Amino acid sequence: MSGRVLVGVKRVIDYAVKIRVKPDHSGVVTEGVKHSMNPFCEIAVEEAVKMKEKKLIKEVVAVSCGPQQVQETIRTALAMGADRGIHVEVSAKEYESLGPLQVSKILAALAKKEEAQLIILGKQAIDGDCNQTGQMTAALLDWPQGTFASEVTLEAGHVKVVREIDGGLETIKINTPAVLTADLRLNTPRYATLPNIMKAKKKKIANVKPADLGVELASKLQVLRVDEPPQREAGVKVESVDDLVGKLKEAGRI
Amino acid sequence: NVFHSKAVSPTSAVPRGFRVLPGFQNESAFKIIDQEINPHVDQWEAEGKFPAHRIFKILGNAGILGVNKPVEYGGLGLDFSYSVAVSEELGNIRCGGIPMAIGVQTDMATPALARFGSHELKTEFLLPSILGDKVACLGVSEVGAGSDVSSIMTKAVRQGDEYVINGGKMWTTNGTQADWMCLLANTSDGPPHRNKSLICLPMDLPGVHIARQIDKMGMRSSDTAEVFFDDVRVPSKNVIGKEGMGFTYQMLQFQEERLWAVANTLTTMDIVIQETIDYTRQRKIFKMPVLHHQTVHFRLAELQTEVELLRSLLHRATALFIKGNDVTKLASMAKLKAGRLARELGDSCLQYWGGMGFTNDVLVSRFYRDSRLISIGGGADEVMLGIICKYMDTLPK
Repeated sequence: MSGRVLVGVKRVIDYAVKIRVKPDHSGVVTEGVKHSMNPFCEIAVEEAVKMKEKKLIKEVVAVSCGPQQVQETIRTALAMGADRGIHVEVSAKEYESLGPLQVSKILAALAKKEEAQLIILGKQAIDGDCNQTGQMTAALLDWPQGTFASEVTLEAGHVKVVREIDGGLETIKINTPAVLTADLRLNTPRYATLPNIMKAKKKKIANVKPADLGVELASKLQVLRVDEPPQREAGVKVESVDDLVGKLKEAGRI
Repeated sequence: NVFHSKAVSPTSAVPRGFRVLPGFQNESAFKIIDQEINPHVDQWEAEGKFPAHRIFKILGNAGILGVNKPVEYGGLGLDFSYSVAVSEELGNIRCGGIPMAIGVQTDMATPALARFGSHELKTEFLLPSILGDKVACLGVSEVGAGSDVSSIMTKAVRQGDEYVINGGKMWTTNGTQADWMCLLANTSDGPPHRNKSLICLPMDLPGVHIARQIDKMGMRSSDTAEVFFDDVRVPSKNVIGKEGMGFTYQMLQFQEERLWAVANTLTTMDIVIQETIDYTRQRKIFKMPVLHHQTVHFRLAELQTEVELLRSLLHRATALFIKGNDVTKLASMAKLKAGRLARELGDSCLQYWGGMGFTNDVLVSRFYRDSRLISIGGGADEVMLGIICKYMDTLPK
């Protein structure tokens, strides 16, 4: 096994920012808005770096797809302990319609090229909330997948994954190479220290084009319209349980 | 969306920091502030003290306390522009007291030690301060001497290989929690600018009395002490650099102190403007949002303009400084403007919050109280004006 782990990191609007819909309803305002690494991607990076620190794997490669700015996100992964980065160049225009299927194709191609033993991704991105890329990537590669991982144990030739599922926790054992997606409780990502941020400046980021990987970016999906969630209406106060039941019947709820 | 939108972050098409360090602003500084500091600020403001040892250790582990300090003592050996970048991020803390306390640790109590201290002194005091293991404070101002530093009365009299210290210090930020003080004292009877020395003073020595914690109108999460020295004995090797050079050493770091203070104030001013916009957008008066009244959005535009002007001055002065230029005039101008703009901005924005602005539940009223100090501490406005006039050659001869 190569001992190499590929970690996908996505640049998203920071979780603390108040999202505004563009006046033309084509999307949300991203211009000049604070961006950072997708929180689940941070957890994925942390897990890979911990594996390296435990000497279970040899190299952590951080990958991001997008325009020039995603290099900042790759640098953050390097500051957290990734060894090198790959920037898959996608123009700003193409990035608007870039979705999980294209990213999965890119990651699958890279995993083969880099002879990766593991791909670790965040379970979903906080902008798209798709929760598809990990699963699609595994399917394209015909690799096993351990999604919604809250605990990962890497052993020779396989991985034990504890998954967070609706009913509780499920433990599975899958062979490597495999795709894992990180859930919230997998770990607590380290703060990138300033010394490591400065060291990360010297680590290499390679530039790759999707065409070099044989990937077509054209999307079969088109976003028609983006709207804000409906404003929360005022509630109604009732005096008694009977009133409550009456109102619910009126509203056709029961 | 699993993560709920909570804090308000300023939006701007222009990168706000002097240095953009991928991983630092968003994933490191913002996270530390957002997770370890801001959730507790209201409580610490009410209690009158933040836990300096705990917070400084977290910052020390992140490498934030020794940005421009020597690598041999745990620092990063970077130039001052990186210190400014860190200071800009600290403006995201929802009070003025904690950034101020951090600034004392990083850019007021330690620069002279880093530059002129002996290896032994640096190992004992600088290294742990950068690591966040020891809390530092600065002992310069006294009850009888603030702006007029040369008239301080604290004496350190040489006896054998010790100094015996008598006197007191005032306005000592971190004073009730500090492990050591960078103390300025008279060590001889010579001319007032040449008879003072900087001494590394452990705060647990017999004779050091924390007389009281001062009850201040603002900066309430920063503990400020009045300290007395009663025959305190300290080894003479604890003098930083040369005896008699203390006054000069302190003056050398004023440019950095002042630019550092401006940096975090700018970020907080951005936040206050943005929160005022958000509040007045949803608050209705006479059937329309407060923000829609021209006097309101025009005034906020004026204030934001002034913030950007001051930001440009800060970045210009910093760029010149790291190339080795003397930026005393620009730094003094920036400090002067920061104090005055913060007061103006706090006052104007608070007005638009109406009754809510007068409560202690909002950031704008805390900013109004905290920022009043900027025109007083770290060099009063009048001192800044005197310096600028000296450079303009307009002082009476």
